[in-house]
Amino acid sequence: MNAAGFPVLSLITWLPLLGGLVIMSIRGDEETVAANARWTALWTSLIVLALSLVLWARYDEADPGFQFVESVAWLPDWGITYHMGVDGISVLFVLLSTVLTPICILASWESVKVRVREYMLAFLILETMMVGMFCALDFLVFYMFFEGVLIPMYLIIGVWGGPRRVYAAIKFFLFTLTGSVLMLLALLAMWYQAGTTDITVLLHTTFPQAMQVWLFLAFLASFAVKVPMWPVHTWLPDAHVEAPTAGSVILAGVLLKMGAYGFLRFSLPMLPQASAELAPLMFALSVVAVVYTSFVAFAQTDMKKLIAYSSVAHMGVVTIGIFSANVQGISGALFQMLSHGVVSGALFLCVGVVYDRMHTREIARYGGLADRMPVYAFMFMLFTMASVGLPGTSGFVGEFLVLVGALEVNFWLALFGSLGMIMGAVYMLFLYRRVIFGRITRDDLRAILDMSPREIAVFAPLVVLTFWIGIYPSSFSGFWDATVNAMASQHQAALHAGHADLKLAGVRP
Amino acid sequence: MLFAIAVFAPLVGCTVAGLFGKAIGDRAAQAVTILCMLLASACGVASFIDIAFQGAPSGVVSLGTWIQAGSFEVSWALRYDPLSAIMVAMVTVVATLIHIYSIGYMVHDENHTIWRFFSYLSLFSFAMLMLVTADNLVQLFFGWEGVGLASYLLIGYWYYRPSACAAAIKAFVVNRIGDLGFALGIALVFFLFGSVEFDTIFGAVGAHMNAAYHLFGTEFRAYEVIAILLFCGAMGKSAQIGLHVWLPDAMEGPTPVSALIHAATMVTAGVFLVARFSPVMDFAPGALTFITFIGGTTALFAATIGCVQNDIKRVIAYSTCSQLGYMFVAAGVGAYQASIFHLLTHAFFKALLFLSAGSVIHAMSDEQDMRHMGGLARLIPLTYAVMWAGSLALGGIFPFAGYYSKDAIIEAAWAAGTGIGQYGFWCTLIAAFLTAFYTWRLLFMTFHGKPRADHHVLEHVHESPPVMTGPLVVLAIGALIAGFSLRNLLIGPEWRAFWGGSIRVAPTNHVLQDMESLPAIVSHAPLVFGLLGIAVAAWFYLITPALPGRLAAAFPAGYRFLLNKWYFDELYDAVIVRPYRALARVLWQVGDTAIIDGVPNGLAALTEGGSARVVRLQTGSMAVYAFAMLIGLVVLVSIFLLFLR
Repeated sequence: MNAAGFPVLSLITWLPLLGGLVIMSIRGDEETVAANARWTALWTSLIVLALSLVLWARYDEADPGFQFVESVAWLPDWGITYHMGVDGISVLFVLLSTVLTPICILASWESVKVRVREYMLAFLILETMMVGMFCALDFLVFYMFFEGVLIPMYLIIGVWGGPRRVYAAIKFFLFTLTGSVLMLLALLAMWYQAGTTDITVLLHTTFPQAMQVWLFLAFLASFAVKVPMWPVHTWLPDAHVEAPTAGSVILAGVLLKMGAYGFLRFSLPMLPQASAELAPLMFALSVVAVVYTSFVAFAQTDMKKLIAYSSVAHMGVVTIGIFSANVQGISGALFQMLSHGVVSGALFLCVGVVYDRMHTREIARYGGLADRMPVYAFMFMLFTMASVGLPGTSGFVGEFLVLVGALEVNFWLALFGSLGMIMGAVYMLFLYRRVIFGRITRDDLRAILDMSPREIAVFAPLVVLTFWIGIYPSSFSGFWDATVNAMASQHQAALHAGHADLKLAGVRP
Repeated sequence: MLFAIAVFAPLVGCTVAGLFGKAIGDRAAQAVTILCMLLASACGVASFIDIAFQGAPSGVVSLGTWIQAGSFEVSWALRYDPLSAIMVAMVTVVATLIHIYSIGYMVHDENHTIWRFFSYLSLFSFAMLMLVTADNLVQLFFGWEGVGLASYLLIGYWYYRPSACAAAIKAFVVNRIGDLGFALGIALVFFLFGSVEFDTIFGAVGAHMNAAYHLFGTEFRAYEVIAILLFCGAMGKSAQIGLHVWLPDAMEGPTPVSALIHAATMVTAGVFLVARFSPVMDFAPGALTFITFIGGTTALFAATIGCVQNDIKRVIAYSTCSQLGYMFVAAGVGAYQASIFHLLTHAFFKALLFLSAGSVIHAMSDEQDMRHMGGLARLIPLTYAVMWAGSLALGGIFPFAGYYSKDAIIEAAWAAGTGIGQYGFWCTLIAAFLTAFYTWRLLFMTFHGKPRADHHVLEHVHESPPVMTGPLVVLAIGALIAGFSLRNLLIGPEWRAFWGGSIRVAPTNHVLQDMESLPAIVSHAPLVFGLLGIAVAAWFYLITPALPGRLAAAFPAGYRFLLNKWYFDELYDAVIVRPYRALARVLWQVGDTAIIDGVPNGLAALTEGGSARVVRLQTGSMAVYAFAMLIGLVVLVSIFLLFLR
C-alpha cells in the first residue's frame, strides 16, 4: 500500500498526541512532573523525527503524485474519507515540522518554568495538528487540522506569553478564524460541486470560471491571513512579541507556511483560471508586503517585532513565486519557505538567547555584545546573512529562483519584488549593529554569558540546514522537482484548455 | 587540480582560523592561514604558467550541482582559462603578501582577536577566487556577494568604533543596490539564453543578436538591457560615480584590508565582470557608450577630489576610484585586454601604495592626517623608497608599470575614433595630470619639508619590521616590472594567442590594432601630462608651500566643493537616507498602528458595546435559538443558489 510498508504518516501524525496522553498521566510533585514532562516530550518528538526520516529515505523522487497514501472510509455517504499522503510539495514541510518541534522543546527547557506539563502537551498537540495538516488529502480532514493548529498556538501565546499576551492571543485567533469561516464556505461549495472532499479528486475537477473567482477569494481570505499578506499582517508582530521563544519559532517556522501551502495545494492547481486572472492582485499585495514591511521593520525598536516584520517581507517573496506559476517561481517559493522556516526560527532563537538573560527585547537596551558573546555574535551574523539572502546560505536560493521566475512574468515585478535584497540588508544590518557592535555601555551587560552548550546544540541543526540548503539545494529540490514540473505544466494546460473552451463557446451559434 | 587547490586552500585556512582560532591562538591561526595562502599562490602561479607558457588547454573543473529548478541549472565549477588563471595568480600572490604584512601591522591590535582578522582575510581570498574562477553567472554572484560579506566584516573589524560600523553597513548596502541590477541581469540572461553557463551563453551570442526586450513602453535590444543591468552591479562593486560613496568610508578598516580589498582585488571585480562578459558586451554598443561615459567621468571626478583630501588613505582611496574609471573607459571602448592589463598592474602598485601608507601610519602611531606629517623621508627611508616606486607607477612614468597600462587605456580611448572615445580620452588625459599631482602632493606632504608632528609622535617614528617591509619590496619590484613584462602578452602582438577564447571581441573591433598607429603627439601626451603634474606638485608643495592655502582662500567655493567630495554624501543623506527613515516611521505608526489595526480595534470596541445588547438576546429560549439557526441556514443556502449554480 505504500513505500514504507506501514501507515507511517498516521504514526507521525498521531504519535505526538499519544506522547501528550502519557504526559497527562504523569503524577508527582511539581518538580518531577516538569522534569518528566520535558523528557517525555523530547523523546516523543525525537521518535517522531526518526520516523519521519523514513519519508526522506523512501520517498520516490521520480513520482510526481502522492505517496505513502493511506485511505480509510470515514463518512462514505458524504464522500469523506480519512485520506493521508504526501507529494513533493508537502513532504519536506512534514520534515520541517518534525525537525523544529524537538528544537523548540529543547529551547524551552529552562525558559519555561510554570505549567511545564501543559506547555509540553500543547507543543505535542501542535505537532500532531501541523503534521496532519500537511499530510491530509481530504479537504475536511485538512480543514480540521488547519483550524486545530489554532488552539494549541492560542494557548501557548495566551498562557506562556508576555505581558500583553491576552490581547495578542485573541487578535491572533480572531484574525485567523475570520478567514477560516470563508474557507469553510468554499469547502462546502466545492463539496457541493464535486460530491467529494477528496483532494486528489478535487485536483482534477474543473470548476466553472465564475465560481473559481469566488472560491479563490474565499481561500484568499483564509490563507492571506495565515501567510500573512499585507494588509492582514498586523496580528503577526503582536503574536510574535508576546509568544514565548519556542512559540515564535514554530509560528514563524511552520505556521506561516500553512497559508502558502494552502495556495499551492488548493488555489493554484484547483482554480487555475482564477489564479491567472487574479495573479496581478496577488503580485500587487506581495510587492506591497515586501516594500512596506521592509520599511516598517526598519523603524522597529523591539527585536522580535523587527524579525516578525521581516517574516512578512520574506513571505511576500513566496507568494510572488507561487503565482508566477512557473517551475522556477514555485520552486523558489518552496525554497524560500523552507529557508524562512529555518532562518527566522533561528533568528527568534537568537532573540530568545539574550531575552532569557536580560528579559528585554528592546534593541536600545543592548549593544557591544560581541565582546562578551563571541559565539552568539557568530550565530547571529550567520543567520543575519542567511536572512538577507547571501549566496551559500539557504536564503539566497529561494529569493533568486523567485526573481528568475518573476522575471518570466514581468520585469517590474522582479525588480520591485527583489527590493527586499536591499531593504532587508538595511534593517538586518542595523539590527545587528545596534545589538552586537559598539562598546558595552550598560553595566548589566558586562556580566552577560555566552551561549551554553545546550543552546549551541539547539542551533547546530539549524546551522547545518542553512548551509546545506545554501550549498547543495538540489538534495531538497529533488523531492519536489517532479511534482512542481507537473504542476506548472498542468497549470499551463488548464489555462490553454480554458482558452480553447472560450473560443469554442464564441464559435457556437 | 592545482587550480582547485589554489581556490580552496584559503577556505581551509579561513575555517581553521575561524573555528579554532580562539583555541589554538593567534600565532597558530596566522601560521595556518599564511601556509594555506602560500600553497594557494604556488598553485595559482603554477597554473598560470601552465596555461600562458606551457600551452595547457583551457577547461572546466566540475564540482557538482548547485541549484536546479526545471531548466534552470547551476553547477559548482571552476573555469580554467587565461583570464581566470591570470586573475588567480594575481589574487593569490597579492593576498599572500598582505597576509604576511598583516602580522606586523596588526601586532598592536587592541581587539586581541587577530585570528578573526586572518580568518576574514582568508575568507575574502576564497570568495574572490570563486568569483574569478566562476563558470557561470550565479557562481560569479556567489563570489561577488562573498567578497562583499568579507569586505563588510573587515571594514567593521574594529566594531566598537561607530564610524567603522557605519562604513561597513554603507558598503554592504550600496553594493546591494548595484547587486539588485546584477541579479536581474542574470535572470534576464537566463530568460534569453536558457542558461547561465558562460560557454552556452557565448556560443549562442549570434542567435539572439536582434532579440528585443520590452521596457518603458519601447523595445530595447536585449543585449543592451543585459549589459546595462550587469554594469549596475559593476558600478556598485567598482565604486563608479553615483555608487562610489562607500569606498572612501571603507578606509575605516585596517590598512591591509584597504590594500587587499579596496584597491587590489575586490573593487576590480566589476572590471573583471565586464571583461568576462565581453562576448556579449561587445555587441551592446549603447551600453558600452554608457560604460565609457561613467568610467571617464569617474576617472576625472575622483581625481579632482583626491587633490584636496588630507587623509593619506582617502587620497589613495579616491585614486583607486579614479583608476577604476580608467579601466572602465578601456572596457567601454572595446579594449578589454587593456582594462585587465591595468587591473593587474594597478593591483601591484596600489597595494604597494596602501601598504606603504600603512607603514607610515604605523610609524606615526596611527596618525593619518598628512597635515601632521612631513619630513619623514630620512626617518623611514625604506618606506619612502618603495612609496616612490608606487608613485612612479601610478603616475605613469617610464619604465614603471603604469606607464604601459595607463597609457594603453588613454591611447585606446583615442584609437576608438568615436565621440565617446574622445570624451574618455580627454577625461583620462586630464585625470593623468591630476593623478601625478595628487600623488606627488602626498609624497611631498608626507616625506618632505619640516616635520609637523608633535615630538612625542616623532620620537616613536621607526621603520617597520621586516615582516612588513618584505612584502613592500616584493610589490615594489612588481610595480617596476609588471608593465614591460606583461605588455606584449596582454595587449602586444601576442594577445590573440594568449587570451584565446577568454576575451572575445566582435569582428569589427580593431581598437588594439589601431593603438599601434597613433600620432606621436597622442602617444606621448600622457607622459607629458604626468610630468607636468609632478612639476606642479613640486611647485605647490616644495618650492612655495604657502601657495595651496592662498589658492584655497581665493576660490573658497570650489575648494569646499572638492573638499566635501562634490557633496554626494550630503545629497544622498537629504534625498534618500532621511526620507527613508521618516517613511519607515510613518508607515509603521500611521499605516500599521493607526489604519490597519484601527479597523479591528475599532470593531472590538464596537463589539464590546454591542455585546451588552447581545446579552439580552440570549434568552435561553430554545425556540429563539432554533429560529436563529434557521435564518442562518436560509442565508447560507441562498448564497449557494445565488452564486454557485
